[in-house]
Amino acid sequence: MTLVLNEEEIMLRDSAAGFLTETANVEAFRKHRDNPPTAGFDKALWGSIAEMGWCGIAIDEAHGGLGYGFTGLGLIIEQMGKNLTVSPFNSTVLMASTAIAQFGTEAQKQEWLPKIAAGDVVMSLAIQEGSHFDLDSLSTSVSMQGDGFALKVEKRQVLDAISADAFVVVAKDASGYQAFIVTADQVSVRNQSMVDALSSGTVVIDTRLTAEAQMDADSLNNGGLERALDMMNIGLAAELLGVSTEAFELTVGYLRERKQFGKVIGSFQGLQHRAADLFAELELCKAIVLKGLRAVDAGEDLSGLASAVKAKLAQISQRATNEGIQMHGGIGMTDEYNIGFFIKRARVLEHTLGDFHYHLDRYAVQGGF
Amino acid sequence: MSDLNTFRTEARAWLEANCPESMRVPIRSFEDIYNGGRNPEMSHPDQKVWCDRMAERGWTVPEWPKAYGGGGLNKEEAKVLREEMARIGARPALDSFGISMLGPALLKFGNEEQKLEHLPPIVRGEIRWCQGYSEPNAGSDLASLATRAEDKGDHYIVNGQKIWTSYANKADWIFCLVRTDNTGSKHEGISFVLFDMATPGVTTRPIKLISGSSPFCETFFDDVPVLKKNLVGEEGKGWTIAKYLLTHEREMISSFGAAGGKKTLGQRAAENMGTDASGRLRAGTLRSVIAQYQLDTLAFAATMEKVTAEAKAGQGLGPASSIFKYYGTELNKRRNELLLSVEGESALGWSGEEYNEGEIARAWLRSKGNSIEGGTSEVQLNIVAKRVLGLPDA
Ligand SMILES: Cc1cc2nc3c(=O)[nH]c(=O)nc-3n(C[C@H](O)[C@H](O)[C@H](O)COP(=O)(O)OP(=O)(O)OC[C@H]3O[C@@H](n4cnc5c(N)ncnc54)[C@H](O)[C@@H]3O)c2cc1C
Repeated sequence: MTLVLNEEEIMLRDSAAGFLTETANVEAFRKHRDNPPTAGFDKALWGSIAEMGWCGIAIDEAHGGLGYGFTGLGLIIEQMGKNLTVSPFNSTVLMASTAIAQFGTEAQKQEWLPKIAAGDVVMSLAIQEGSHFDLDSLSTSVSMQGDGFALKVEKRQVLDAISADAFVVVAKDASGYQAFIVTADQVSVRNQSMVDALSSGTVVIDTRLTAEAQMDADSLNNGGLERALDMMNIGLAAELLGVSTEAFELTVGYLRERKQFGKVIGSFQGLQHRAADLFAELELCKAIVLKGLRAVDAGEDLSGLASAVKAKLAQISQRATNEGIQMHGGIGMTDEYNIGFFIKRARVLEHTLGDFHYHLDRYAVQGGF
Repeated sequence: MSDLNTFRTEARAWLEANCPESMRVPIRSFEDIYNGGRNPEMSHPDQKVWCDRMAERGWTVPEWPKAYGGGGLNKEEAKVLREEMARIGARPALDSFGISMLGPALLKFGNEEQKLEHLPPIVRGEIRWCQGYSEPNAGSDLASLATRAEDKGDHYIVNGQKIWTSYANKADWIFCLVRTDNTGSKHEGISFVLFDMATPGVTTRPIKLISGSSPFCETFFDDVPVLKKNLVGEEGKGWTIAKYLLTHEREMISSFGAAGGKKTLGQRAAENMGTDASGRLRAGTLRSVIAQYQLDTLAFAATMEKVTAEAKAGQGLGPASSIFKYYGTELNKRRNELLLSVEGESALGWSGEEYNEGEIARAWLRSKGNSIEGGTSEVQLNIVAKRVLGLPDA
């Protein structure tokens, strides 16, 4: 597949951009931040998102989705990043549904994917245990109990934990990774908000599960878990791309307007070259994110590529948002200006499922050094 | 030498007897820094006790002359006092714009009456000062400020607006740049005046920051009368004072770069993320980035030490001093950015039972302002390029 969007994809991107800038934009984010709804998200908005088919865009038709593919999903997520759209889209659509599609049993796919596609449930992925995402250090927490399982573990940074109806919980036992679908009534949640004002809780699980809750351990351990995580990281990178390009555009807009020393500050070469350099980096980011999305759809091997995509976007999103504040000067430090929202969202997205250093290291390891 | 030893013995005994236990704990947050003022804010009542006792000896500002309430200590004695305070982990008793900024300017440019009136209350932490420099259209281009002071014989009438005035809503007095003359170049015609924030016509409006707190204000002056005895230096020659004071501000801000807890970032990372059998941080890329940061910090500290030693030896400030503000604040930003990597998810928490009020996240966001306040990094680099390297304007 080529790294150019076809007409259909351009239409999808533009209609997502149109809808989100109208209804789920940065001002809506600000309102959410100042007055978060008790549901944790705006149900009406979530309904509209589902109605447009976005929740099922990457789910295959056999399971109630549109079967349109991951590139389409990424294009939507990128626009959400630009607009700081608040919804359980990442937790439910990018993360839980990808996990179920990759390593759920057929029965689980039949049960959950159509509900996700229809926007009827909120789900999330519960995987991280320590302060850092690290697949190698999940503690052993599963034991067989009769024909079922006893699962005891605390999972952190679970997006939308407070609103989720069910969780895909990834744990580990002596034989390798194990995953289960656990419903909200089987867990307790300690809610908290992150620096980006979105909720991300600790999920405490100490429960017995039937055999039906178990996900497909074979596919999980034979590359399915890694592939699912790679896909999620590519999706998160797409959102980072949106966040970074918007932060950049806000900043360039300001460089054109703000006057000091009788000139617009955009006429100072010290700022011009940095803006131009960042522009070049962002072009690279656009290409590598699209390459990642296309690789998912083409069923290509993602190892190496996914971590490269996430690491690059982690790095450049830091630059874009830091430069954003610096070039705005004092007003960049104020809550009234939107640029601060972007730096906050960027870091939380970066740290979700592995930050810059984690992925740069992993990229190196996968490259054989 | 023996004099210095006697001083050390005395200082040690006095500190042991007078520094409250609660003031021998590291500063954890901005609230732990005592700023004094008419309505002092305290996170612990001992802050005022500690400040009062230190002020009695002039030790809140040990090197200022005794005549103005200071400690009258020479450099060596002041160093001993710092060492003895560090030995018991004593906090600075008082930290304020009065001490770090206005004081040095008054000592250099103020007349005797002004020194006697304003310095002792600064030493005692009775009056809290704020800095009225920036305006909406005069940030980096500070000299284009427009706040006007009209000559009315024995007083001026001040009209205009300031912005980003840190703690204007908590300060008692302001040191303020105003325009007394519009006719010459923009650097001329600026005057440096002092006035009480309680004067009729002064209002402030807090500005909320991305870190959630509101230490900044917009400050408005509407026909504010300012007595001429509160003009520091000559009328129209305030720019010289402003620049002198900015060097002090920049020094203070750059020293944030040297700040940090007892544990290095590398040690914190090792505790959090684990090491391999040979003691290497498991996260290899992070390891090298932290090492680079730590080595730059070491080199920065060495540069500070070198410049101080050269100054003491009478060699004057070398060109290295111009890069302190730039390098120190950029270092501090790197440190805060790395803290997020080291502490992981918990560093990004904001509220909820698991998070300590998002301390790390708030400090990280605040650090972004270091390379803006007191003259941006770009402005520092412009100064180095033009004044030190002698490069021409475009
Ligand atoms: C935390 C904090 C505390 C502060 N406290 C105070 C205070 O107590 N009192 C007070 O008076 N002010 C205070 N300030 C204001 C501060 O001094 C100004 O923010 C600063 O001087 C920059 O001005 P500005 O915000 O107008 O930015 P601008 O001057 O508009 O700058 C915007 C961007 O353009 C760049 N730029 C501007 N000119 C040039 C040039 N010639 N070449 C290259 N780049 C350029 C800047 O570096 C910056 O990146 C504070 C600011 C902060 C962030």
